Amino acid sequence: MLVVNSIERGIVIDHITAGVGAKILSYLNIDTSNHTVAFLMNAESTLLGRKDVIKIKDVLDLDLSELGLLDPNATVNIIENHKVVRKIKLAIPEKVVDIIHCKNPRCVTSIEPNAPHIFHLVDSDRRVYRCEYCDDMVSMEKDGLNELIHKKHQPSK
Amino acid sequence: MLKGSDLLEPMDFSVEEMGEIFDLAAKIIANPRKYAHALDGRLLATLFYEPSTRTRFSFEAAMLRLGGQVIGFSEANSSSAAKGESISDTLRTVACYADVAVMRHPKEGAPRIGAIAADIPVINAGDGGHHHPTQTLTDLLTILEEKGSLENLTVGICGDLKFGRTVHSLIKALSRYGGVKFVLISPEELVVPDYVRDGILIKNRIPFEEVRKLTPVLPQLDILYMTRVQKERFFNEEDYVRLKDRYILDAAKMKHAKPDMIVMHPLPRVNEISVDVDSDPRAAYFRQAKYGMYARMALLMKILGAEE
Repeated sequence: MLVVNSIERGIVIDHITAGVGAKILSYLNIDTSNHTVAFLMNAESTLLGRKDVIKIKDVLDLDLSELGLLDPNATVNIIENHKVVRKIKLAIPEKVVDIIHCKNPRCVTSIEPNAPHIFHLVDSDRRVYRCEYCDDMVSMEKDGLNELIHKKHQPSK
Repeated sequence: MLKGSDLLEPMDFSVEEMGEIFDLAAKIIANPRKYAHALDGRLLATLFYEPSTRTRFSFEAAMLRLGGQVIGFSEANSSSAAKGESISDTLRTVACYADVAVMRHPKEGAPRIGAIAADIPVINAGDGGHHHPTQTLTDLLTILEEKGSLENLTVGICGDLKFGRTVHSLIKALSRYGGVKFVLISPEELVVPDYVRDGILIKNRIPFEEVRKLTPVLPQLDILYMTRVQKERFFNEEDYVRLKDRYILDAAKMKHAKPDMIVMHPLPRVNEISVDVDSDPRAAYFRQAKYGMYARMALLMKILGAEE
């Protein structure tokens, strides 16, 4: 049994679908940040069988809509003084802005540089989203995350 | 209340709002001179990023016949887009000059970008293979004027049902009226996409049948909507050549049709309707072009809040 100490203050993203944790680290730029991070892959879970867990020290704010899009089954625990002070169950967001990028080459977003990429949820079971402009549908389950999700620019150091 | 509204998609307006436009169009058809100054002093901007003689002329004729005036460009090369200006900036600028903008663009969703940027109403005059809402308005007005109702009709749609956006919009729009039945005539390769068959027809329990041959179903139709197989939709020239002449409506076939059936076509036609049908009073496709102008006149008056 692998033991990871609790954190005094920060965020624990728990119940991440096994295999998705690395994507979350990457898309939220946690992997390249200066924060102290513990990342557990394929941890035992009574609920899921296997799960990933991310612990980030001294960070209390996170884009929950982005996280909900990546893995709506994950839970977020806010930790203060080694205790969970708030437990957030993620939900799949109804509308996402500038996270998914439209891959339809005929979509106006392919030529209009400053247009926000807006997607609306049309099927929460299959996690299907529709582009605001061209109505192209993307499934977060079927279509590759790598193609769809636009990784945020890292703030300059 | 249609004043100030954009028209970006065929279903942006409710059945009641569509009804308002059709009522006004009927009044204009009955007495066009009465409306010759309805939009005096108003300015329409026609922003055509790709050529479309028919739609542009129709809008310009509509505005001019209402006493308004028109500015615009008819291809992207003659606009600031050639210098690299964004759609947002162009529309924001045009909104400083004009009262309403009509926009055609090869990219899907471009008019929505324009509508967000401009504080004047924006009308989509075709965005790639996506939407062409004033064609739907035209089609519905034609049916209403020619058949007297949008209900209890058997509508045959023939040709390219896969790529033809006007067909998808027409099915969606007519599905909002009662007692409409569709007969979908196409080759196997060009049947309606799933989002139309499952998402509109089956979902709303609209009766329809899909057939491969035109002549056997002609006697049951109240309306026959012919479409062109568009070369630009095919990656493979062979497929286009094989499918383009599958359905040709001619005078001989018209003998099987009801005496009051009407033939519609969004135009331009290639050879899917033989010219020997043109003299048949049931050929409504050129009248349809005229209804298109009246529909656009009524639309412009409504969204500009002109007095009737």
